[in-house]
Amino acid sequence: MNNPDTNKPRTIDLVNQSLARRYARERRFRRLGLAAITAGLLFVSFLFISIFAKGYTAFWQTEIQLRITFDEQMIDPSGERDPEVLGFADYNILVKTALMERFPDVRKRGDRRDLFGLVSTGASLQLREIVMADPAVIGTTQTLWLTADDDIDMLVKGHIDRERDESERRVNDKVIAWVDALEADGALGSSFNINFFSHGDSRDPEQAGIAGAVMGSFYTLIVTLLLSFPIGVASAVYLEEFAPKNKWTDIIEVNINNLAAVPSIVFGLLGLAVFINFFELPRSAPIVGGLVLTLMTLPTIIIASRAALKSVPPSIREAALGVGASKMQATTHHVVPLALPGMLTGTIIGMAQALGESAPLLMIGMVAFIVDIPQGAFDPSTVLPVQIYLWADSPERAFVERTSAAILVLLAFLLTMNLLAVILRKKFERRW
Amino acid sequence: MQPTTLVILLLILMAIAYQFGMRRSVAVAGGPKNLRSLHSRPNYYGYYTAIWAGLPALIVVGLWAAMQGNFIIDLVIADLPPDVRSLPPERLGLWLNDLKNLAEGNIVSGEVSPALRAGADHYLSLQQTAAAAMAVVVLVIAVAGVSFAMKLISPKLRARNRVEGVVKVLLIFCSSIAIVTTLGIVLSVLFEAIRFFNMVPFMEFFFGTEWSPQTAIRSDQVGSSGAFGMIPLFAGTMLISLIAMTVAVPIGLMSAIYLSEYASSRMRAYAKPALEVLAGIPTVVYGFFAALTVAPFVRNVGESMGLEVSSESALAAGLVMGIMIIPFVSSLSDDVINAVPQSMRDASYGVGATRSETITRVIFPAALPGIVGGILLAVSRAIGETMIVVMAAGLSANLTANPLESVTTVTVQIVTLLVGDQEFDSAKTLAAFALGLMLFVVTLILNVIALHVVRKYREQYE
Repeated sequence: MNNPDTNKPRTIDLVNQSLARRYARERRFRRLGLAAITAGLLFVSFLFISIFAKGYTAFWQTEIQLRITFDEQMIDPSGERDPEVLGFADYNILVKTALMERFPDVRKRGDRRDLFGLVSTGASLQLREIVMADPAVIGTTQTLWLTADDDIDMLVKGHIDRERDESERRVNDKVIAWVDALEADGALGSSFNINFFSHGDSRDPEQAGIAGAVMGSFYTLIVTLLLSFPIGVASAVYLEEFAPKNKWTDIIEVNINNLAAVPSIVFGLLGLAVFINFFELPRSAPIVGGLVLTLMTLPTIIIASRAALKSVPPSIREAALGVGASKMQATTHHVVPLALPGMLTGTIIGMAQALGESAPLLMIGMVAFIVDIPQGAFDPSTVLPVQIYLWADSPERAFVERTSAAILVLLAFLLTMNLLAVILRKKFERRW
Repeated sequence: MQPTTLVILLLILMAIAYQFGMRRSVAVAGGPKNLRSLHSRPNYYGYYTAIWAGLPALIVVGLWAAMQGNFIIDLVIADLPPDVRSLPPERLGLWLNDLKNLAEGNIVSGEVSPALRAGADHYLSLQQTAAAAMAVVVLVIAVAGVSFAMKLISPKLRARNRVEGVVKVLLIFCSSIAIVTTLGIVLSVLFEAIRFFNMVPFMEFFFGTEWSPQTAIRSDQVGSSGAFGMIPLFAGTMLISLIAMTVAVPIGLMSAIYLSEYASSRMRAYAKPALEVLAGIPTVVYGFFAALTVAPFVRNVGESMGLEVSSESALAAGLVMGIMIIPFVSSLSDDVINAVPQSMRDASYGVGATRSETITRVIFPAALPGIVGGILLAVSRAIGETMIVVMAAGLSANLTANPLESVTTVTVQIVTLLVGDQEFDSAKTLAAFALGLMLFVVTLILNVIALHVVRKYREQYE
């Protein structure tokens, strides 16, 4: 070959030389990608495991077995069984008497207070319910399981470290000795925590439940659904099927896309300024929450519904128009029914978003401490995510457990809704 | 009669009107055999009658319900004893609140004076009269509407076109709600913000470095007169967002690249939804996770290295916020990467590039505008995120760049200023709206730019 410059290396050699380095870089890059995904998945699993590990114990509640004497003198001295008298009787005394009978050696006042603290303050309500349901128990002695105090519950579940110094834990050595004595007698048990699902909020962790928050969430979501689904579908139908392509339509489109990205707390400010200050709707009520969440979920529903309408092929419309249907008839009789599964999927996803939302609801006063379970959309109430926020702020150890349990319930609801959306999509999705 | 029962009654009336209208049209046409002489099918005459029955009546119900409250209050005030009427406006407002509470059977603050009792009785009786009057007026309008429509029905009436016209107007009304919402946000936040700037100078708010919104309630009280400089809040927001983005962008971007370029379709089918689970978790759950798991962890690690870490460190909040944004970044980048034409990849492989070289030298530059748009959207999310920072970040407005210290953010301050009872004329409450305006404007600018960039980018490869 008449190559004048034999010293110059050939390209193929250069390539071969660098190949090892390039392949190494390739492998590194690939591993980096894999690492990123693994990190993401690890975060997911770590989050779930940590919340589950903290929360699953809340579904059981420690109970203490006591022999309660329903003393007629204490409850109903007149013997008339008047419900009014029965309702106002002091059942706490019965619990205290039973505890003193069980531990007769406890005489000092401070110790007695600790002893009475073994049982929840809700125990007297439990007794009251029993008597109100069946006054015949008065005068008898019954062996009953009463709800234990939250500190005892934590101790039994092992969340309080017995090895620590007495001054550093919430229960003292005497209480631990009593609890151990009860356990040795088999008078310490645990049962499914019904209170958690049937009670409203409470300052006592063992009495606190999510029923009020769940009902609040329910009413809020009903309001949201009733408003956002029809409005969302109607706007999507107009924008996709009827709107002329002009500036005005463009503005609406850009507007909807932007609204979808506005921080949720700004919707809360809107709700506070407009619905509460201007229209004077009640604070803390699901109706206002529903209105705010409607405005927030509308963009999601509109965007999903438009996508569903877009996927219906034009031939359907043309066929309908061809046999003499009006534009409105073609839309309502043919296009909308075909797009409905897609619209419903979008709505369910929007509802799931609304169910998990809490920031705007803080603004309109749905953070109040509300014990009563709301009976309608105008009653003051809170919602499940806000309840979680409130409990997360509480100092008692037992509330950590309950917060995690409430999160598990919330996630279960969200999972069901998302599964429903997936099933709906799988079942009714049509490829044209 | 309650407005709800009235509305239900109207709906029943509309159903009846539908039947009436349909029958009437058939009769006008001369029996079921002559339907061809009608302009529209009989059910459209039914709908037409139902619209006449319901629409005007419903509009009246809405207007009436909106006006009634103030009208009744004015009447009650006019009838109050002069010593109550001459109270200053705030006291009168409180007094009227008591009156309403008494009338509704709620707890009243203070004792019930005879004047209050009389006022409450007057209020109740007026309310009952108003409700009865509304029911009568609305039902008369509905029935009048039906009879008017029945008169109009004739074979020549273009019922279908008219019904469709009404439906179309309703559709337009619904789609303009989005615009109304935006206007509502802008106006409500803007008005309160302007009131705030009347009390606190513009420059102090934007360039002040001191934030302590506690104002003295009485003039003789000791304590701060309030300082409203938003720089520390803005800096805190930026710090936490920055930490979040340093977590979310590399992880999100690399997972998107791996999923779209390397992963088998099977892995993609499982890993993509699993990552997207992160997007479906409510933010309050992240907040709980940040406050109870990550913050103590960060603190312990820091202390074992001899660093002083606040228990509400910006790092913990930022880390968890980053985790929250990962799926956001990854799914947006995934879309963008998939939109890069296959021909560009093929060309790159054709000249002998490895996969990673193709990605970093061809696909990434091509997808860059879209990725930047996605990241901007993610930043706007991070700035507006509330629950994580409310639960895991602090309240004290420190102007610092140290991620181990506690900082506060715009959203945290909005929440703390507005949660609980508040009066609407203090600078403290109005400051929340000024902050809200800032937040809205900043996120809006980011969104507009991002959406524009993403859109432009899509058009480029379509």
